[in-house]
Amino acid sequence: MTKPIVDARAIHKHFGALHVLKGVDLRVAERELVFVIGPSGSGKSTLLRCLNRLEEPSSGSIVVDGIDMLDPRTDINHARQRIGMVFQSFNLYPHMTALGNVTLALRKVAGKSRAEADRLGHAALERVGLADRAEHTPGQLSGGQQQRVAIARSIALEPRVMLFDEPTSALDPELVGSVLEVMRSLRESGMTMIVVSHEMGFARNAADRVVFMDDGLIVEQGPPAAIFETPTHERTRAFIGQIQRH
Amino acid sequence: MSTWDRFVDTFFNGKVMLKYLPDILSGMVVTIELAVLIVLSGLAAGLALALVRSLAIRPLNWLIIFIVDLFRSLPPLVIIVLMYFGLPYAEISPSGFVSTWLSLAFVLMAFSEEIFWAGITSVHKGQWEASRSTGLSFGQTLINVVLPQALRLTIPPLTNRTIAITKGTALGTVVAVTEILGEASSAVSNSYNPSPLMMGAAAYLVLFLPVVVLARRLETKFAWKR
Repeated sequence: MTKPIVDARAIHKHFGALHVLKGVDLRVAERELVFVIGPSGSGKSTLLRCLNRLEEPSSGSIVVDGIDMLDPRTDINHARQRIGMVFQSFNLYPHMTALGNVTLALRKVAGKSRAEADRLGHAALERVGLADRAEHTPGQLSGGQQQRVAIARSIALEPRVMLFDEPTSALDPELVGSVLEVMRSLRESGMTMIVVSHEMGFARNAADRVVFMDDGLIVEQGPPAAIFETPTHERTRAFIGQIQRH
Repeated sequence: MSTWDRFVDTFFNGKVMLKYLPDILSGMVVTIELAVLIVLSGLAAGLALALVRSLAIRPLNWLIIFIVDLFRSLPPLVIIVLMYFGLPYAEISPSGFVSTWLSLAFVLMAFSEEIFWAGITSVHKGQWEASRSTGLSFGQTLINVVLPQALRLTIPPLTNRTIAITKGTALGTVVAVTEILGEASSAVSNSYNPSPLMMGAAAYLVLFLPVVVLARRLETKFAWKR
């Protein structure tokens, strides 16, 4: 691998007595799409949230795009602009329009004027296919549309990496497709993406690499075909078997 | 004289009312001054305490909780009396007006801090995370994302509490503040007729009904479409 854009080493995370991450190494190359799968409680969401320091790792090192995320001297708010994050529950600001959601950080963090932020905001909404919904509030949008606005909110800041934390788990099945489509187009534009999700079909045809986590550790990783067809570990086999039965 | 006439003559005596109208009006001015001061300083202090509390500095939060619980449990009258009659022993002699203002402002601060705090904590954790993940600082998140949502939830309980405490300006009578009730009761004793009290009641209605209506407007304004 050339110089990775995300380089996390020996990440441990304790929640009180609970040892959630037990020394995870994850390196992601530029333009790579890494899929993280695993049973609930395996630590995959926690790992993702450590990468932009929404969770403080107990130990380890994380370097994203050359920035040492765990260095106390790092301006974390500045660093976070480069790492977009999309949440399971969208977390749009309900008191703002779609455009307001997308432009808030542009104005407050990136220091853009309102006019410039609006222009970039409209462009981001256009990329997720919601140019005509700019003035709608989250309550007036479907779940799929809300999640796409959330994606627009992140990509408007032109991040170097995007983290997706179960982006389609809260959606009705018929709305999943529109979100996956946006993710696919992001991938085609060369975005580096780390995705925690159970969308195995998407993983199979879009991911460069699938990482299987269990009990706070990466058990096995490789190209989707290898992980899904010929997993080498018993735990991976059991998990893949379980999700493919559904 | 019929019973009705006697009732009107007693409670709505035109002559008495006309004579004491200027007193009631000047009482209204005092009540308005007190009320505005109490509401502004009480709510500002309450919001400030809630914001400090959101920083989660433990010893500071214990102090805030202690102060808030203290002022929520003491009857406002006791605080006014303590301030007016007690502070002079510490070489500070606040007037009746100042004692009433500060006492009720402290009470409003205490209650509104709890209401603001409840509003802030009711905003979903995901809102903080979404905002922080895009690089907004703690303070920027609080001001741009959390407070607008929190304040909307706090408006109904806040108005109720504000109105209840502002009506407490009537307690100022015990420390010789010439607000509506003070003027009305001295007029009652001077005229041997309860009509001024009726005028006082009317004055409170004139003052507080618009506040209630305004509160309703605010509630509608802050209710975003779901």
